[in-house]
Amino acid sequence: MEQRHFDLELLQLKEKLLMMAARTEALINQAIDSLKQRDPKLAEDIFRLDKEIDGMEVEIEEQAIALIALHQPTAGDLRFLVGAIKINNDLERIGDHGVNIAESAIRLSSEPAIKPLIDIPRMAALATGMLTDSLDGFVNSHPDKARVVCGRDDQVDELKDQIFRELLTYMMEKPDTITRAMDLILVSRNLERIADLSTNICEETIYIAEAKVIKHHAEETPHHP
Amino acid sequence: MAGSTADRIDITGFNLYYHATRALEDITLAIPEREVTAIIGPSGCGKSTLLRAINRMNDLIDGVRTDGGLRLDGEDIYQRGIDVVELRRKVGMVFQRPNPFPKSIYENVAFGVRMGGNGLLKTRLDEVVERSLKEAAIWDEVRDRLQRSAMELSGGQQQRVCIARALAVEPEVILMDEPASALDPLATAKIEELIFRLKEKYTIVIVTHNMQQAARVSDRTAFLMLGRLIEYDKTSKIFTSPSNKLTEEYITGRFG
Repeated sequence: MEQRHFDLELLQLKEKLLMMAARTEALINQAIDSLKQRDPKLAEDIFRLDKEIDGMEVEIEEQAIALIALHQPTAGDLRFLVGAIKINNDLERIGDHGVNIAESAIRLSSEPAIKPLIDIPRMAALATGMLTDSLDGFVNSHPDKARVVCGRDDQVDELKDQIFRELLTYMMEKPDTITRAMDLILVSRNLERIADLSTNICEETIYIAEAKVIKHHAEETPHHP
Repeated sequence: MAGSTADRIDITGFNLYYHATRALEDITLAIPEREVTAIIGPSGCGKSTLLRAINRMNDLIDGVRTDGGLRLDGEDIYQRGIDVVELRRKVGMVFQRPNPFPKSIYENVAFGVRMGGNGLLKTRLDEVVERSLKEAAIWDEVRDRLQRSAMELSGGQQQRVCIARALAVEPEVILMDEPASALDPLATAKIEELIFRLKEKYTIVIVTHNMQQAARVSDRTAFLMLGRLIEYDKTSKIFTSPSNKLTEEYITGRFG
């Protein structure tokens, strides 16, 4: 197949998206570190990264729209560009959730810990693992890898419910823990959203590679081919 | 509207009349070097007339008169004493229908160089033919049959030989009037890729009524209607957020 100059532009867009993905991943890891290490200084870097990611989001979206307008893409090219716009959006939202976690971390670091963190680091490891693998699936156009990631979302949801139940008992026992417990619940909620958005990235990867829509459990219902 | 690069063609307040009819009205447009500028617009809007004004092809039509400025590298091409043959060497042209001469592929490409009269050595001429065919991305397809008639080639190949013929005389600007409208999609894609590569070295102005083609190949787009320049901007701007409502209506297919 002959190389079109359009292919080069698609590749450049993909590379930019990968750079954004790398920054998003770094942001989330730092946000979790700042929470675990109770170090508010780490947060500064997070806000800078988030600004950078926001700038990239606008740039990537403009570039993708221009490519659609100028090249009238079809089939795989069209799916890639539409998928790229969605992944772009997902990454930006993931960055925002990282910022939320960092803000909770700053507040939590100024007060004594309610309890040692156990489930939240576990949940964080699961969510960041999903993010990393979803990006890996996208980068290497690996729809099977993406499918496996989607299946891991349930574990994250279960942990979120478990964390909520546990913190509820603390709050009922000692109302002075409410502010801190609420922050931890918010952190788990943000982690759960990061896992959801990672699932979205996987769904886009599968759509780009196979032209199949798997969201809303479409693959499990028999009347969908 | 100066780009990051220098402007090669500078058109200011340019008018063109066919007898009493004004076909181009007060056109002001600066075409930067080593970029592709597309001229689009509905039939009869004057896009081909404007293209032909750039190498004075309209001179051959009876009753044509112009005023205003049209400068190539700062020099007014309509001033007295301009060597039109030299102008057309500097500003080559490729037409809608491939128009090879009924001669060999080699002779088609060598033709303009021979006409130039600078009796090149055969080996030097061979080099020019090879370079031009390579630049026109047709060399690999014809290298073994340079002495065969150009008329035996497919339409898309003929068009690339015609482009090679234009390149052989080392022009600065290449004007293309609907260069792919008589070709099938694959041959069209080849011409478009070729245009993209040629702009590294040449300034290209292309007229097309295929808007998608203008979008794909050009850096800047000029939209003409009824002899007037409605909008001229970066192609990405024209096709994502045009400033003029008429442009928007035309490129979204509401008229034309």
